[in-house]
Amino acid sequence: MNQKESNCAPTTGTESANSAEKLESCCAAVGRNQQAAQGCSPPKAEENSCCPPAINHRKAGYRIEPFVKGWANMPVGEIPVIERKLKAIDYRGRIAMRWGIGREQYMITPGLYAIGSPNPQSEVLVSANYKLSLDALRSSIEGIDAWILVIDTKGINVWCAAGKGTFGTDEIVRCVHMVKLKNLVEHRRLIVPQLGAPGVAAHLVKKGCGFTVVYGPVRANDLPDFFAADMQATAVMRRVSFSLLERTILTPVEITMLRRQILYVALALMLLGGIGSHVFNLAAAWTRGSGAVFTGIVGLLSGSILTPMFLPWLPGRAFSLKGAWIGLGLAFVLALSLFSTSGLLNQTALLLQVTAISSYTAMNFTGSSTYTSPSGVEKEMRLAIPCQLTAATLALVLWLWAAF
Amino acid sequence: MVKNVYLKNVATLKLDSNKCIGCGLCANVCPHAVILIGERLARIAELDRCMECGACVVNCPVAALSVNAGVGCASAIIHSWITGEEPSCDCGSGNSSCC
Repeated sequence: MNQKESNCAPTTGTESANSAEKLESCCAAVGRNQQAAQGCSPPKAEENSCCPPAINHRKAGYRIEPFVKGWANMPVGEIPVIERKLKAIDYRGRIAMRWGIGREQYMITPGLYAIGSPNPQSEVLVSANYKLSLDALRSSIEGIDAWILVIDTKGINVWCAAGKGTFGTDEIVRCVHMVKLKNLVEHRRLIVPQLGAPGVAAHLVKKGCGFTVVYGPVRANDLPDFFAADMQATAVMRRVSFSLLERTILTPVEITMLRRQILYVALALMLLGGIGSHVFNLAAAWTRGSGAVFTGIVGLLSGSILTPMFLPWLPGRAFSLKGAWIGLGLAFVLALSLFSTSGLLNQTALLLQVTAISSYTAMNFTGSSTYTSPSGVEKEMRLAIPCQLTAATLALVLWLWAAF
Repeated sequence: MVKNVYLKNVATLKLDSNKCIGCGLCANVCPHAVILIGERLARIAELDRCMECGACVVNCPVAALSVNAGVGCASAIIHSWITGEEPSCDCGSGNSSCC
């Protein structure tokens, strides 16, 4: 015991306030050892939660996740206690993630976790085994002691996984049985994020494992208010938003998804740029090719970054139309400035090319949006794709013709 | 706040008021306040806001609601046109088990 207590002692000045608080909870835990003997109280959790991951958890071939700060020793077994605060490594990982780097490593092991010093009366919060989902949850429930049941969604966030059914009734029921939740908590309630609802049938969860599903708010950072209001979500907590910041964060995804196509198209344009009355000319390939790649990139940025950012203010409801407007506007600026001397054929090709690319990539942003319906997207696509293809083909023909 | 609204009159959401028991769960899970509980029963208040996620349908204990649920994602739909598979979010998220 003494050794463990010394582990909890404040070390540096900056952390001392926090650590002192932890130390207090540690000592309180030691004082209540009698309760621990009854087997249903969390003192050991508190005791462990303030100490670094214990050395006896080392195991060949395994690595302790950086967000695990200790273990709670419960009758159902040892439960990892997770950190509330995000560290530099979490922020770095999040940025890399948005650019599609290391996506496969962004899963966390499903199972039961503890946050703070939960006891058998504490609520059970259900989450996905996608690191960003858990990060959002653990960093926004300051002061709440709870159990977190991470279910296996194959590393996909709650909403997408729910749409697919992997964040779903069967998986919740399976996990509740697997972690022996009935032996851990005295109540029979699960707090499921509202966006998990497309995959979860509350009445079937109840039938499958005896737990009542309570749908929490859409955003994890509304959880403290949700609990303060006796688990009643306000209308605002129930609504999905799509703010400028939320839209902007998602823009790199579109570009990284298309990176292979972008490379092929760029190479093709460089090659085709050399074709002309002199059969093939390397200098022409360079100037005409790079010009076309440049305008193509303008179209790409227009559709995948500008359109999402200005989404609510662009005319039209279809994303392809919104993207076409902003692409057309940019193309006019380009045709009258950088390309003002390139001739009518080239300028017309430029207008068509930028508009088509911008429209197409903007249409793809429906996948990131929070309010487009599949029926609507399909309707939009049946009209937009033929237009985009026609414009792109025409652009290519005019551009090639201009070289002769 | 600027409202985000998508195409008009395309959502396939339907409610059979005769079956509804007014439990209110559909209104609770809807992320766009499409369904409201009025006069003790559910009613579709804003059909054009529906994104067909299917949350209300799945959670209705008496199967009073129906919708062609799916993902409103162009690249997923293109992928399904090419491969004949069901459109899913997976491809967008670059999951190795899918693409």
